Amino acid sequence: MGDWMTVTDPGLSSESKYISQYTSETKMSPSSLYSQQVLCSSIPLSKNVHSFFSAFCTEENIEQSISYLDQELTTFGFPSLYEESKGKETKRELNIVAVLNCMNELLVLQRKNLLAQENVETQNLKLGSDMDHLQNCYAKLKEQLETSRREMIGLQERDRQLQCKNRNLHQLLKNEKDEVQKLQNIIASRATQYNHDMKRKEREYNKLKERLHQLVMNKKDKKIAMEVLNYVGRADGKRGSWRTGKTEARNEDEMYKILLNDYEYRQKQILMENAELKKVLQQMKKEMISLLSPQKQKPRERADDSTGTVISDIEEDAGELSRESMWDLSCETVREQLTNSIRKQWRILKSHVEKLDNQVSKVHVEGFNDEDVISRQDHEQETEKLELEIQQCKEMIKTQQQLLQQQLATACDDDTTSLLRDCYLLEEKERLKEEWSLFKEQKKNFEKERRSFTEAAIRLGLERKAFEEERASWLKQQFLNMTTFDHQNSENVKLLSAFSGSSDRDNPTVHSRPRQKKPHGAPSGSPVCMSKLTKSLPASPSTSDFCQTRSCVSEHSSISVLNTTPEESKPNQVGRECTNQKWSVASRPDSQEGGYSGRSSTYANSHVEKDDLP
Amino acid sequence: MNFSEVFKLSSLLCKFSPDGKYLASCVQYRLVVRDANTLQICQLYTCLDQIQHVEWSADSLFILCALYKRGLVQVWSLEQPEWHCKIDEGSAGLVASCWSPDGRHILNTTEFHLRITVWSLCTKSVSYIKYPKACQQGITFTRDGRYLALAERRDCKDYVSILVCSDWQLLRHFDTDTQDLAGIEWAPNGCVLAAWDSCLEYKILLYSLDGRLLSTFCAYEWSLGIKSVAWSPSSQFLAVGSYDGKVRILNHVTWKMITEFGHPATINNPKIVVYKEAEKSPPLVLGRLAFPPPRAAAGPLSSTESKYEVASVPVSLQTLKPAPDRANPRIGIGAMAFSPDSCFLATRSDSVPTAVWIWDIQKLRLLAALEQLSAVRCFQWDPRQARLAICTGGSKVYLWSPAGCVSVQVPGEDFKCLYYKTESKGSGPRRSCEAAFRCGQAPASESRPC
Repeated sequence: MGDWMTVTDPGLSSESKYISQYTSETKMSPSSLYSQQVLCSSIPLSKNVHSFFSAFCTEENIEQSISYLDQELTTFGFPSLYEESKGKETKRELNIVAVLNCMNELLVLQRKNLLAQENVETQNLKLGSDMDHLQNCYAKLKEQLETSRREMIGLQERDRQLQCKNRNLHQLLKNEKDEVQKLQNIIASRATQYNHDMKRKEREYNKLKERLHQLVMNKKDKKIAMEVLNYVGRADGKRGSWRTGKTEARNEDEMYKILLNDYEYRQKQILMENAELKKVLQQMKKEMISLLSPQKQKPRERADDSTGTVISDIEEDAGELSRESMWDLSCETVREQLTNSIRKQWRILKSHVEKLDNQVSKVHVEGFNDEDVISRQDHEQETEKLELEIQQCKEMIKTQQQLLQQQLATACDDDTTSLLRDCYLLEEKERLKEEWSLFKEQKKNFEKERRSFTEAAIRLGLERKAFEEERASWLKQQFLNMTTFDHQNSENVKLLSAFSGSSDRDNPTVHSRPRQKKPHGAPSGSPVCMSKLTKSLPASPSTSDFCQTRSCVSEHSSISVLNTTPEESKPNQVGRECTNQKWSVASRPDSQEGGYSGRSSTYANSHVEKDDLP
Repeated sequence: MNFSEVFKLSSLLCKFSPDGKYLASCVQYRLVVRDANTLQICQLYTCLDQIQHVEWSADSLFILCALYKRGLVQVWSLEQPEWHCKIDEGSAGLVASCWSPDGRHILNTTEFHLRITVWSLCTKSVSYIKYPKACQQGITFTRDGRYLALAERRDCKDYVSILVCSDWQLLRHFDTDTQDLAGIEWAPNGCVLAAWDSCLEYKILLYSLDGRLLSTFCAYEWSLGIKSVAWSPSSQFLAVGSYDGKVRILNHVTWKMITEFGHPATINNPKIVVYKEAEKSPPLVLGRLAFPPPRAAAGPLSSTESKYEVASVPVSLQTLKPAPDRANPRIGIGAMAFSPDSCFLATRSDSVPTAVWIWDIQKLRLLAALEQLSAVRCFQWDPRQARLAICTGGSKVYLWSPAGCVSVQVPGEDFKCLYYKTESKGSGPRRSCEAAFRCGQAPASESRPC
């Protein structure tokens, strides 16, 4: 191709060169020439080609070139350029048609070739780029291989080092163990030696002591003596007794007496402890029975529960035991019975508690039932109301007392009238006494009620607390969910709101309630909101708007509260009615006396009015 | 708390009589007996030489003064000042002397523990007990004074003899399964004897009065063992303090361990109250500040006042690193004392010398820890109430009670509290007398809170 370039350069090329070139070309095989031509055609400068062709054929050598071309073409399989000669001698004529056909065919060929070449070139380029890419890949992989190989070598090295270390440590450990063993042996041998030495030394020491003893004591040391002004009496005032066999026996006796006393004392203590424990056990048993017996009904109703029969057995046992009062026997049979029964009951109690736990957990899962939980405010209101009632009652009693006293006073002042009214007064007195007793009863009832209410309030507070905690935990979870899946959650909320709306309409099922209750508002914020709502909602609709502006969750809670409040007030009303009834009963005997009964009735009216208020 | 004036005292010899009426103190060779209430001198006796040991008889009628250097014991009667008794152990020598519980016999231990001589003040009779063992606590009387238990060593084996105190007759004699018996102690009810081995082996044995082995207890092996033993006044618990820094409490029914009290250097439980003594910094007076500061101010610790502060947990107490190559390492529970009502146990761990631990026995847990500025020398419970007094050798006495604790500055120049004694029996219900003493040729001071 380079040759061609030099050839095609028009500036540099000279005639002679061309010729030489041409001559060299002529020597080439026709196929190569063809290919050269094909190659030549790829060169964009067609001018050059033209010039080349023009250079090929001149005025002088037309004949020759034609013949040459003819030859060439015939070799390539084209029809001859010359016309078919009739005779051999006659000069052959150039066939123009054939020439044109040939040229056309050549041109077509040329175009085809060009196309093919282009294809080939693009393929070539593609292949080249592919090749490049593959080479790059190859290089990269090679690099990777290299690095991994290096890494592997490093790891192997480390492994080797660690193994080496491990071996060293093992060696060290072994050495240390050996050392320990050695030291232990040494210690043991030293100890034995030490003990041996000690014994020897001690023997020597004992010998010396013995010797010293003999020397010092048997010498009738004059110095060893006691100088006493006069002997003093014994502390107990008795004379010292002689040492005889009797004294020895007495000493023994005394010793055993002391020991016996000690053991007796301890036995007594243990007995006392035992008795106390037994008492506790019995108490526990009784309480268990009393606790479990009311439940006996339910399982029997269920009929498939086996606990009921067990309980009844136990009750029978307990009855026997208590009848025979076998507690004091403390023999093994009773103990066994007692322990067995306690164990049984304990098992029952345990299962029961577990059941309860399950129920509670279920309830927890479902949420709280609003009907069971009276709102704290209601409770407080109720207690306040009751307190007020009590106060009023007290005042009334006081005024009555005053009136009575006044009456009595007036009676005392006016003796004659008192005498006149004596019989009347007696009657009255009796009536008053009755009244008094009634009043006391009332008062007692009120006290009782109040107590029960306070207890309920306390219980409620506890429940509320538990619920608050539950709610807080739930809310936390909810919040987390909300934060993590915001979009989903918004959808959920929508769903929920739709659900709640439907439940608002029906509101009959217990199970729908807890779900409403569940999405309660923020742990700290919601109660405030709730209280506000319960106060103001019946009057103003703006609060509900406010509620809606708050999160959907709080809205649900507020709605649930609103729904429940009228229902919750119902039992209280019943309670109040009861009290009213009581009042009426109380006031019945007073109907004879005008002032008092009127007062009581007014009080009752006021009470009723008050009931109507909320 | 009130303090009396300061009295002279030599070699820490000062004792209240058991009935609480008198106080005997020694100054060189003189024995001074004072009335415990008025502190007036009642009697003054003169001994032959410097007194090294003083002991009241149980009925508070006689005082024994031992002059070990001379091998002499002199006995004085409080009722009859002219009565006297002198016991000479002669060439056998004397290393220890004590009263028998009846107050009419004196037990003298001769040198090298050759024998114990029992001298009677009632008759001329003299009894000898051979082969007493020279150990930490080899003689113990029961509370009621009927029996004496004595550790013996014969033919390289340990024995215990139980003698009847009334006529010194041998009641029981049995060998103990110990390598080297270190001590014996009767339970307060006098029916159980605890015997423990030397520190090389953790072993405690419990014997009945009739010599039967009730139980043995061994917490661990191959390590230094028991360092201290204490019975609860109710005989219900036996506290065993050991070199591993733990107190183990045994019960009196099964003689098994109820609980283990460790003495960690850090206290994390917020329920435990930790009192820390803190020096009160004297108020700074700018004008008076001398430069350089006078020696007196910088010198003795005693002059500064201190108070207790409740430290917030976790608290780490000061610990000593024991020297492993020395004998008698400063580790383990060195001292224990039950309160008179058996409700509290006070302990001191020698590796944490500045602290006293107080344990609640009813709940079996640590109740409080007191950390002083200097090492605790001794502590003692008030005989009538739950109140603990602690001495550190400084000029203060520290008092703890369940309500709290205080540090009391003892007045007097250059005074060091080394010992603290309380005595209340018979001194009337309204007060107990306490005395703090200074070592050496120093005055003694008595205090009496009302």
